[in-house]
Amino acid sequence: MKSIRTIRTAMRALRRNPMRALLTTLGIVIGVGAVIAMMEIGEGSSAAIQKSISAMGANVLLVIPGTAASGGVSFGAGSVTTLTPEDCAALLRDCPAVRNAAPAVRARTQVVYGNRNWVPSSIYGTTPAFLDIRDWSIGDGEVFSDRDVLNGNKVCVLGQTLVRELFGGQSPVGKEIRIKNVSFRVVGTLNPKGANMVGMDQDDIILAPWTTIKYRVTGSSAQVANQSAAGSSSSVNTLSNLYPSNGPTLYPQRSDVQAADNPMPVRFTNVDQVLAAAAGTAEIPAAIRQISAVLRERHRIREGEADDFNIRDMTEMTKALTSTTRMMTNLLLCVAAISLVVGGVGIMNIMLVSVTERTREIGLRMAVGARAGDILRQFLVEAVVLCLVGGGMGILLGHGGSWLVWMALRWPVATSPAAIVAAVAVSASVGIIFGFYPAWKASRLDPIEALRYE
Amino acid sequence: MELIRLKDIHKTYHIGTIDVPVLKGVSLTVQHGELAALMGASGSGKSTLMNLLGCLDRPSSGEYWLDGQEISRLSPNQQAAIRSGKVGFVFQSFNLLPRTSALENVAMPLSYAADHLSERQAHKRAEELLVRMGLGDRMHHEPSQLSGGQQQRVAIARALVNRPRLLFADEPTGNLDSHTSEDVLRIFEELNTHDGITILLVTHDPAVARHARRVIRIHDGVIVDGDGAEGGEP
Repeated sequence: MKSIRTIRTAMRALRRNPMRALLTTLGIVIGVGAVIAMMEIGEGSSAAIQKSISAMGANVLLVIPGTAASGGVSFGAGSVTTLTPEDCAALLRDCPAVRNAAPAVRARTQVVYGNRNWVPSSIYGTTPAFLDIRDWSIGDGEVFSDRDVLNGNKVCVLGQTLVRELFGGQSPVGKEIRIKNVSFRVVGTLNPKGANMVGMDQDDIILAPWTTIKYRVTGSSAQVANQSAAGSSSSVNTLSNLYPSNGPTLYPQRSDVQAADNPMPVRFTNVDQVLAAAAGTAEIPAAIRQISAVLRERHRIREGEADDFNIRDMTEMTKALTSTTRMMTNLLLCVAAISLVVGGVGIMNIMLVSVTERTREIGLRMAVGARAGDILRQFLVEAVVLCLVGGGMGILLGHGGSWLVWMALRWPVATSPAAIVAAVAVSASVGIIFGFYPAWKASRLDPIEALRYE
Repeated sequence: MELIRLKDIHKTYHIGTIDVPVLKGVSLTVQHGELAALMGASGSGKSTLMNLLGCLDRPSSGEYWLDGQEISRLSPNQQAAIRSGKVGFVFQSFNLLPRTSALENVAMPLSYAADHLSERQAHKRAEELLVRMGLGDRMHHEPSQLSGGQQQRVAIARALVNRPRLLFADEPTGNLDSHTSEDVLRIFEELNTHDGITILLVTHDPAVARHARRVIRIHDGVIVDGDGAEGGEP
């Protein structure tokens, strides 16, 4: 009741001089408008930058097996064969921070089409999830399917460099190429991605189902060395577990007792690496923690023992990403703070002038029974009303401004409800902070002096 | 019955290190329903006395009983409550809020009053008073659209809106010509006889003082004539 009356009194006082009220709020209008426009444009650009950086693979984590060593001789990273496709499935299932995961088997060997040949820098045996993880799209044709992976079908997808080198730019879809004397049908091509951060050509790549590469091309665990001259592929028979069926088995099942009496060496199906995509840049540390925990449990690694795997993240890119975002936010905050302080000083200035100009009115109000608190409240409410009205106009102005920028320049913008809430809160607090001193000054006036003031 | 009783009031202003005594022991009683004029030359302390009586200021020493209540030692907020409830002011220069309608001007003191009226009730009370002042057709005019006499009548309506027992008028006719002065003074007389409001006119003009039934003269900080001993009922 009382506050409604105070607000009404304040509105009446402001209406007595609408031009001045408008000019007073102009600082806040421009300040809040600038904040909203900057936040919306900035948030849009920031999202676009984040998207393009994460397209470079900033959220990708690479899990590689650990190091084998014999007699003090280490064989380097990835030389133990402990990482399995089941690990990959477990990561996807048990790590909430992992968005997608794909196993990868690598090979390096000759590829032949007609009278041309080429040794691509990477031949990846993987699953279709690989494309999602690397944020890579198919240009021509289509990607191979999960069923192709399950069946070990001889299909592949070519990068642009191979299209150029083997096909001279012609469409390769439907053609047959040979990878180490195994014939593969090309089902699609990848869009060009160019060189990566260290200058390696990323388009020099063949993607195929990992089962096909594993069992038909490499034979055993991939060696980074050129395998063109190595022996023929072997151990195709381990594919049996890839066909889940309830059909009758060829051989009688061995009982547990037989197995214990006559142990047979277990053959692991290992992969060379697992690519996992974290759900976001912020989730990378959590993803690393979860992957580590899942793999240690699956590999039965005791407390205190060293991991038999390594997890690599793209720290460099992640840093670039977070520092870009942080710099953007800080820049915007600086602009926002400066313009709002300028607006607030404007309000304080005009309110002080107003207090001086209305000294007689203050004296009169006191003479007819207003207490110091009433005067303080009235001037404070006037300042806050000015700031809130200014804030509201500023929101419209800023929103309209960013819309114009989008219409005219097609810069990405994103509406930011947080910025609107912050703008309203900030303009109210600017009103209170910068309105307090003039209001306090008004309330301290002596009614006799004020009434006599000319 | 006493409305005002002053007992040995002193008021001293401190300007730097110099003490300036303005009131030097004023004792005064005013009865309910009086219409008194407070006269004195400029610098005699009559404005200071009126400020004390109107609860705008506090005496340096002495007692002030208003309507049976000792109010010389009240806090500023309590003084504001007294001004709002018991006292009305009419000023020489009208002191209306600019660019504000007569109606809003009259209703303004109600927003600080203890008994809260709704907006509609407040406007109704203000309208009644303006009609009584003969300004029924000028309610929505702003002060700049009114003549001096009309502005002073708006100011009187504003002083009456809280239904005070006591009305102070500080040179109410100082800015008016003699004809409108007569009108305004007749309103005061009418309020005094008809409504029983006690009125204290502060003036230096004998023509104004003639309308009062009692004249209190103040000279150099002391009351020289009409200090209440012989002030009878009207």
